[in-house]
Amino acid sequence: MNKSVMLVGVGGQGTILTSKILAEGLLGAGYDVKMSEIHGMAQRGGSVTTHIKYGEKVNSPIINKGEADVLIAFEKVEALRYLCHLKAGGILIVSDHEIYSQSVLSGTEDYPQEIIESLTQAVERTIVLQAVKLAEQLGNIRTHNIVLLGVLVKALGLEQLDWVQVMKDLIPEKVLEANVKAFKTGLAV
Amino acid sequence: MKKFLTGNEAIARGAYEAGCLLAAAYPGTPSTEILENISQYSEIYSEWSPNEKVALEVASGASIAGSRALAAMKHVGLNVASDPMFTMAYTGVNGGLVVVNADDPGLHSSQNEQDNRLVAPHAKVLMLEPSDGQECLDFVKAAFALSEEFDSPVLFRVTTRVCHSKSIVETGERVEAGVKPYVKDPAKYVMSPGNALKRHPVVEEKLLRAKDYSETCPFNRIEWGNRKIGIITSGISYQHAKEVFGDQASYLKLGMTYPLPEQKIRDFAAQVDTLYIIEENDPYLEQQVRSLGISCIGKERIPICGELNAEIVRRALLGETEPKTYQVSQKPTARPPVLCAGCPHRPLYVALKKLKNIVVTGDIGCYTLGMVPPLSMLDTVICMGAGISSGIGFEKVNRMAGRKEKIFGIMGDSTFFHSGITSLIDAVYSNSNMAIILLDNSTTAMTGHQENPGTGVNLMGQPAPVIDLVNVVKAVGVKPENIRIVDPYDLAETEKAVQEAYASQELFVVVTKQPCALMKDVQKKREGLYCYSEAETCKKCKACLRTGCPAIAMKNGTIHIDKAQCNGCTLCQQVCKFDAIAKVGE
Repeated sequence: MNKSVMLVGVGGQGTILTSKILAEGLLGAGYDVKMSEIHGMAQRGGSVTTHIKYGEKVNSPIINKGEADVLIAFEKVEALRYLCHLKAGGILIVSDHEIYSQSVLSGTEDYPQEIIESLTQAVERTIVLQAVKLAEQLGNIRTHNIVLLGVLVKALGLEQLDWVQVMKDLIPEKVLEANVKAFKTGLAV
Repeated sequence: MKKFLTGNEAIARGAYEAGCLLAAAYPGTPSTEILENISQYSEIYSEWSPNEKVALEVASGASIAGSRALAAMKHVGLNVASDPMFTMAYTGVNGGLVVVNADDPGLHSSQNEQDNRLVAPHAKVLMLEPSDGQECLDFVKAAFALSEEFDSPVLFRVTTRVCHSKSIVETGERVEAGVKPYVKDPAKYVMSPGNALKRHPVVEEKLLRAKDYSETCPFNRIEWGNRKIGIITSGISYQHAKEVFGDQASYLKLGMTYPLPEQKIRDFAAQVDTLYIIEENDPYLEQQVRSLGISCIGKERIPICGELNAEIVRRALLGETEPKTYQVSQKPTARPPVLCAGCPHRPLYVALKKLKNIVVTGDIGCYTLGMVPPLSMLDTVICMGAGISSGIGFEKVNRMAGRKEKIFGIMGDSTFFHSGITSLIDAVYSNSNMAIILLDNSTTAMTGHQENPGTGVNLMGQPAPVIDLVNVVKAVGVKPENIRIVDPYDLAETEKAVQEAYASQELFVVVTKQPCALMKDVQKKREGLYCYSEAETCKKCKACLRTGCPAIAMKNGTIHIDKAQCNGCTLCQQVCKFDAIAKVGE
C-alpha cells in the first residue's frame, strides 16, 4: 500500500530540503518514490507544497484531496489551506508558527484566530509543536524544518532508517551537527 | 546507475548520453532547469539565448552543421520560436534536432494554458511525450535518433508535472555522436519558394513513413488488463489513469503522439467495450480518434481547463463523490507572490502611483507583481515585449479619441533583450510619445537568476561581453535628452525622472539600475542593513505599508519592520513624512 506525505509551507521555510531528505531516506530503504513540487514563484513569499508518495510502485506524483496519510504544515494558515488533502484518519503535524501574507500585513485581511484549537478539534491525530521555538532554544532557528522532519519520521514509523547518513549527504558540514540535534529533538516530541 | 531525477534533469542527462553537442534556451518555467543541468556537462556547448527563436535558430545551425542539438523552451516560448520550427520541418536536419517544449497545465507560472501537442501536426514534425523521468531520459535519446532517421526536428512535449516531479531513473553512459560531414545542399537548406515547394512533398512523405513507424514503435504500447474499459492516454495523464484504474482497464499508452498509430488505435478500440480518452487540456487525441469513426468518451466528462489529476479522472469517469477529509471554519488568508522586501522594482511603482491619468502596459517578469495590491499599477500584461509595443498602439488610439492618459510601458532587462528591442525601435519609428521604463536588475530574476546579455557572464560560467542596455536605447534613436538613468533606491531621483517622462511630449526612457535583492552577492553586501520604526514618532499614517513591502507590518497598532527580511533599501524611510523610520548599517 502506497503512502502519501504532503509538506506545505511558505517560500524560504526549508520545506524543499526537508522533502529531499525524506525522499532520499525512502529511496535508500528500497521504496519506489515520486516527489512533486510546485515552487513557481515561491521565492516571492508564495505558498510551497511538496508531494511525496512511496511504496512498491507509484504512478501519479500528485496527492489529491483526502489522500495524504500525513500532512505536515510549516505554518498554520498553510495547514488550513491544504487540510482538505488529509485522508480521514490521517496525521496532521502543525508547526505553531505564523507568517503574515501581504493582505494581513497591510491590514486588509486578519490572520485567522484559534487555528490550532480548530485543527485539534477536527482532526483526531494532530501533532502541534513549537518547531521554531525549539530550534531557537537549540541555538539555530533555521533548523526548525529538521525538527519537523524528526516529528514526521516518527509519525511515519521510519525511525529505523539511517537519517543521519542521509543528512550528511545533503546538509553542509558546518551546520550538520545542529541539524542532527534538531532531528533528534523532533523524534523525541 | 539509479538516480532520483526530475524530468528536466533526466532530459538533460538524456541529451548528454545521446552525444548532444549544443543546447540553447531562454529560461521559462517549467523548462528552465533543462539547460541549467545541461550546462553542467563540459562536453556540450550551452547558452542562454536572448529568446526562444534565437535558441532554436542556433540549434538549427548546429544541426545542419552536423551535430546533435537541442533547444528548450516553455510553451509560450514555442510561439516565439515557431518561425524556425515550421521551416525546419521542410529543411530537415543533419545532426539530430530535438525541440523540448514544456506546457504548463494549471498555469502554475504562465500567462496562458495552450496545449502545444497541436503544434506537431501544424508544423508537420514528429512528437514524443514522456510520462515520467525514465521516459524523459530514454525518449530524448530516441528523439535524436528519430530526428536523424526521419530527417525532421522532433518536438519533445512535456508538462509541469513531468518536468518538476522526481522519480527513479536508470542512467547510462555518454555515446559520442560526433559531427557529421556538412555537404552543401541548397535545395535542402535554402528555403526559397522554389526550393520549399519541392520540399513540401518530401515532408508529407516523411510523415507517412513516420506514421508507419508509429504503428510498431516501442513508445506506443498496449497494456492489457480488463477489456471492459479501454483507455487511450499519453504523458502525465497515463500516470493518473493508471492510478485510478490499475489493472481494471486496458491501456493504449502513447509515447509517440504525432503521427499517431491509426491502425493500432482501431485494433485497440475494437477489443474493448468502452473507450475512454484521458488527456489534459485540449481533446487532441480524442479528435484524432473520432476522426477515425471510433466513438469514445473524453472531454464531455474530463475538463479541458486546468491541470488533471487522479481525483478529477475518478470523479469524471467513475462518478465518485468528494473524498472524505476534514474541514474547519477558519478560511486561509490568500498568499499571492509579492515583490520581495528590498526589491528594486518597488520604488518605481511607488513613484508611478503618485501620477494621475496614466495607463501602464506591463510585461512578463517579477515586475508583473506590480499588479498586486496595494501597488495595483498594471493595466495590461500580454506577452514578452508587449509592455512597449501594446503601449504604442494604446497611445495612438488615445490620441484619436482625444484622451489624455499618459502611457507608461514597463519592462525588465532580460525581457528587453528577449523582444523589447524591436518594440523600442517601433516606438522610435512610429514617433510614439509614450514613456518607457526599463527595470534593469542585472539578471533574469523570475525564473531564478539566469544570465542574460547584460550580465557579463554566460550560462557556462564564462565571462562574456556586456550588452549595455542604455547604449542600445541611444543607438536606436531615443534622444539623449529624453533618457534618464536612476538608482531606484533613491526615491526622489526616481520620482523626478518619472515626472519628467510624464510631462514629456516625446518618447522618453527611464532606466532604473539596481541588482535584484535576492542575488547572493547583493545579499552579502547588504547583510546587516535594515530599517526600524520608532514608535514614539510614528503617526501610524501607514504610508510605509502602502509600499507593499512584505517586511513591514502593523502589529498591535505599531509598525514593525522584520529585520530578517529587510535589506535596508530605505524606501519606507523615504516615504515617511514624520522621520519615524531609521536605518542601521551603511
